[in-house]
Amino acid sequence: MSTTVSAAPATGVEERLGRVARAPRPEPKWNLTAVGFLLPAGIFVGLFIVYPVIATVIRSFFNKAGDGFVGLGNYAQVFTNGRTLHALQNNIIWVVIFPAAVTGLGVLFAVLLERVPYRLLIRTLLFMPMAVSLLASGVIWRIMYQQSPDTGALNAVIASVANTITHPGHYTGARPSQPDLVQAVGDGYQVSSPLAPGDVAHVGLIGFPVAEIPSSARPAQDPAPQPGKIVGVVWRDFTPGGGGQVGQVDPGESGLPDLTVQLVDSKGVVAAQTQSDATGDFAFANMNGGSYRLVLPAQNFHPPFGGVQWLGSSLVTPAIILAAIWVWVGFATVTIGAGLATMSRDLLEAARVDGATEWQVFRRVTVPLLSPLMIVVFITLVINVLKIFDLVLAIAPQSVIPDANVIALQLYLVAFTGGLGDFGVGSALAVFLFLLVIPVMAFNIRRFRGGEA
Amino acid sequence: MGGRALEIVRPRRPALLRLAENVPIHVFFIVAGVLWAIPAIGLLVTSFRPLDLFTVSGWWTAFGGPHQLSLANYHSLFASSKMAGSFVNSVLIAVPATVMPVVLATMAAYAFTWLNFPGRTALFLLLIALMVVPLQMALIPIAQVYAVFGPPGIVRVFLFHAAFAVPYATFLFRNFFLGIPHELLESARMDGARDARIFTSLILPLAFPAIASFAVFQFLWVWNDLLVGLVFAGNTPPVTVAILEQMRNFGSSVDVISAASFLSLIPPLLLFFAFQRYFVQGLLAGSVKG
Repeated sequence: MSTTVSAAPATGVEERLGRVARAPRPEPKWNLTAVGFLLPAGIFVGLFIVYPVIATVIRSFFNKAGDGFVGLGNYAQVFTNGRTLHALQNNIIWVVIFPAAVTGLGVLFAVLLERVPYRLLIRTLLFMPMAVSLLASGVIWRIMYQQSPDTGALNAVIASVANTITHPGHYTGARPSQPDLVQAVGDGYQVSSPLAPGDVAHVGLIGFPVAEIPSSARPAQDPAPQPGKIVGVVWRDFTPGGGGQVGQVDPGESGLPDLTVQLVDSKGVVAAQTQSDATGDFAFANMNGGSYRLVLPAQNFHPPFGGVQWLGSSLVTPAIILAAIWVWVGFATVTIGAGLATMSRDLLEAARVDGATEWQVFRRVTVPLLSPLMIVVFITLVINVLKIFDLVLAIAPQSVIPDANVIALQLYLVAFTGGLGDFGVGSALAVFLFLLVIPVMAFNIRRFRGGEA
Repeated sequence: MGGRALEIVRPRRPALLRLAENVPIHVFFIVAGVLWAIPAIGLLVTSFRPLDLFTVSGWWTAFGGPHQLSLANYHSLFASSKMAGSFVNSVLIAVPATVMPVVLATMAAYAFTWLNFPGRTALFLLLIALMVVPLQMALIPIAQVYAVFGPPGIVRVFLFHAAFAVPYATFLFRNFFLGIPHELLESARMDGARDARIFTSLILPLAFPAIASFAVFQFLWVWNDLLVGLVFAGNTPPVTVAILEQMRNFGSSVDVISAASFLSLIPPLLLFFAFQRYFVQGLLAGSVKG
């Protein structure tokens, strides 16, 4: 601004102004006005930022009690203590995945949004998580990540896909009541002795919840042998109230419908397959002579999809990163979108007129023009991801926090929880975080000096 | 703007054709829209469902079966004085933590823009450097200071937030002030106005857009903060801390957690929709703050 003024023709007024406002430049002096305007901010910044930075650096060289100098001991702790090291590793995973994923998605969203009329709606929707607390976003995702497909929305979606592919069986956990007569084959079962037409097979099952028996089930009966046929029954070999005999179809014992039953010939080929009916009966007619094995294949007993354990120790960090991406994509989209809006359309049009495909336009024109902005977004995300804290604390259940730990969280845990905190190691962790942002600090200062000069 | 020039160059194709061409993009955005809306809807619905259903059935079943939704969770939320009080605490923290840096930083920015004093550039460079200092750097020393001089928890939290906003706010305001024509100031000075008067009656009203951007950003930053509240608030926790305290037993407190979380979203979302322009500006400028 001052350059604009001095460029104006020097009039009498200008000269008088110069005396009042722009007193001789070289040796400015402190005056009451300047002090009055600066001091309040100066006190706050000095007390709450400058002093603590110095104090934290000094404190980081002292022991837990603060009375013994330990040199770099606390820093050695940071790189040797198992918990801290794990936090450090997780932060590296965060830094590798998160900024790149969010910047990439931001570019994708911003470029595609240019082509649709409802861009404001989507942009608003994407940006909304930025307005709310990370804790609330964490609660939102904690609910999404519930493990049971009955209660966790994410697993419900996965389960509906998985269950159409693998067809869960009815009777999970079932096992034969007479293990000597019916043996396990993989996850299924087969009758131990070979069968020939005219035989009767008894397959008693126990060990599964009653709730798994369909309501269509009827009491089982011992089937009579039929010439030329192999018949049999699958039933729950357990009499409610007691009194039944193992291996016998007692009154009151339920048939097990809808079980797949196969006859396998001596070459191991499935010769016939049927389903048990409401009383658990099944029959194979028109069988050639010879001996067969009766098999209940494993698919009858497949448990349904139990849900991905998102919040277990191995997936918890990726799960939190996913939630963080959900939060931050709006930021990248809006920032990069703003850059796109100011971009010269002529260049894009020129490329299109010259016959470039949309992909080539994107790759050779849009991305290079956007890259300075993408770098700014990327660096901003790196700074923020180093300090990630709330989301981890909100999403990770107490028991897996060591697996999900990050530096900023470990700092809080080590310094402010569990009775007497260790301010020494806590300070070392803070200094570590501080050192990581110093390049950004230098970048800001250099940019400022470049802009002012 | 740019788009208008574009339409002159490129002949418009029939609307239907353009729509068909973009089908994959529309599908993409429908999926994205669902992905971004569903989780939040999950929280909303959960906050209206009874606790005992949380471990039995998903929130999405609430629309099919018998009537499940009620305000009961919100009733029990306000029955607990700690949770209800935490909303008051959040307001008591966020308002001074927003007002104080506005005052401090507009004054400092005025000095950095229009007053001359020794070491002006060096001090401003220091301020720029301090902008990205992680607030984790100050937690331990300030905790030690507070242990000696013990102001109430709410004061501890808002003083900390206010101070950490000053570098960024000063930077933001100075950038804005640089755009105010110098002549305006000079003529006020010619009329005999002193700096204090120029600041309050000329600059502050002019700076409204910058102050609004900053205030919206800062209010949300403080409202949404967890860490500073967790360390300093003591027994007057802001809402984020109060929610976190319930989360040890997520499954058995999800009724209160979801209701409180949803209520805690309302002020930010209202600010977001009311001041969208200021909000985005402030946030983009403040995203590197410590």
